[in-house]
Amino acid sequence: MTEEMIIAGFGGQGVLSMGKIIAYSGIMDNKEVAWFPSYGPEMRGGTANVTVIVSDERISSPVLHQYDSAIILNQQSLDKFEKDVKPGGTLLYDPHGIVHPPSRKDINIYRVLGTKTAVEMENPKVFNMIVLGSFLKIKPILSLENVKKGLEKSLPVRYHKLIPLNLTAMEKGQEIVEAMQTV
Amino acid sequence: MGELRLMKGNEVLAEAAIRCGCDGYFGYPITPQSEVMETLMERQPWNETGMVVLQAESEVAAINMVYGAAGTGKKVMTSSSSPGVSLMLEGISYIAGAELPCLIVNVQRGGPGLGTIQPSQADYFQAVKGGGHGDYKLIVLAPSSVQEMNDFVDLAFELAFKYRNPAMILTDGALGQMMEKVELSDYKKRWTENEIAEKWGSWATTGKPSSRNRNIITSLELDSCKMEMNNRRFQEKYRQMEVEEQRYEMFSCDDAEYILIAFGTSARVCQKATEIARNKGIAVGLLRPITLFPFPAKIIGELAPKVKGFLTVEMNAGQMVEDVKQAVYEAGCTRRVEFYGRMGGIIPSPGEVVEAIERNFL
Repeated sequence: MTEEMIIAGFGGQGVLSMGKIIAYSGIMDNKEVAWFPSYGPEMRGGTANVTVIVSDERISSPVLHQYDSAIILNQQSLDKFEKDVKPGGTLLYDPHGIVHPPSRKDINIYRVLGTKTAVEMENPKVFNMIVLGSFLKIKPILSLENVKKGLEKSLPVRYHKLIPLNLTAMEKGQEIVEAMQTV
Repeated sequence: MGELRLMKGNEVLAEAAIRCGCDGYFGYPITPQSEVMETLMERQPWNETGMVVLQAESEVAAINMVYGAAGTGKKVMTSSSSPGVSLMLEGISYIAGAELPCLIVNVQRGGPGLGTIQPSQADYFQAVKGGGHGDYKLIVLAPSSVQEMNDFVDLAFELAFKYRNPAMILTDGALGQMMEKVELSDYKKRWTENEIAEKWGSWATTGKPSSRNRNIITSLELDSCKMEMNNRRFQEKYRQMEVEEQRYEMFSCDDAEYILIAFGTSARVCQKATEIARNKGIAVGLLRPITLFPFPAKIIGELAPKVKGFLTVEMNAGQMVEDVKQAVYEAGCTRRVEFYGRMGGIIPSPGEVVEAIERNFL
């Protein structure tokens, strides 16, 4: 199993930390992992993205130009990365702020109303965990048990009290994800 | 097995320094390597191992602090990124001339000038051909994973002290910024004053006992005959490194018709390119130099008669390719050596590399 993914959105949406949780959870699952962020001017201009690879084998290139999956959280990122999803690959997006939804016919497209749900849950900070829950529903590459362990590992102890809330958000994400197109 | 952690390459450099018994770090922040000093400051090793961490007022000051501390036989280091390393070159030349061991880390970014903060390998010439003035060489190690960012800190110090020569870890922004699984090294104790006097008392300025003459640390020798003798000694040392320290790693080279040669991040890209090419039925292998100086010329000479051609892949306009050509030439071979590279902070994609193989050789 090798899953090569890109997570992209605005700075502050929790893009990099979502990637970090996936990577940590991968380690808990005895997988090889790589996490490669955008850094510098891109990030300072407001958009952030991270490439995450989870694999059973030694990871060759941490830098990719084509992805098995893309998690897209704003229009700029959709414009930039929709074309880089491998044919037959998967794109998950949050429609909040999206004017031109994905249009490719050769990939699986899923939608999650993450922003809306986070507001309804009265906690915008769990937005990324809702989206992560949705992603793991479509692509069960990691067990929830290992994600829980990954959270324990990646969060400082003083935030451990927030883990149950994050897990609830992930469960919510698993419930609300919608398939828009499957190939 | 030690504890597995998920860490950035830069953070690992800092952690490895603490764990290998480093005595001091002197640096000045610059993207994309600022996490090295940030991590050190956060870890506060002065409370734990007694390691000194100091933010100097500039790169020039930092390298001269390294020079001074190295003269006392301490294990000391600095890190910077390309423009910062350029500022340090005068000091590095002095350290090489005074024959002092130390570690310099260059987390490269694209140049020339201030250039970009994205990853690059355009400082290859600067690292392996001298950089500063005078006939000197650094021992240059090129990690290609976060794990090697850990492992090479201790190795660099070991080689630096073995040869009384500055060592450099030449890496780039991608390896500095990315996180991978890493098994950290066990703690080594810092050398005590007695141990330093015992090991390095023949040259280090540790305080003169009555039993020996003064140790003098200097790169200055106004008597040309003596200066030439010094140079001869340096050159002998460099030749000895070439005999004893050439390091590399090979992937799928046994039956390869074409061999990719790449280091650091480029080598990771080429590993993927090798897999893609093999799936297309092209017999491609990868040779990854680990020491850039001494350059692994011997293995290239051995491979040359067995293959149809080499493709060197770098994140620059073609620098290491000259050493590859030289190695093939010295082996008495006429194999084609081609080059593919991207510049200015762009990392080539595995697909581009495969296309370059097809364009050049098929």
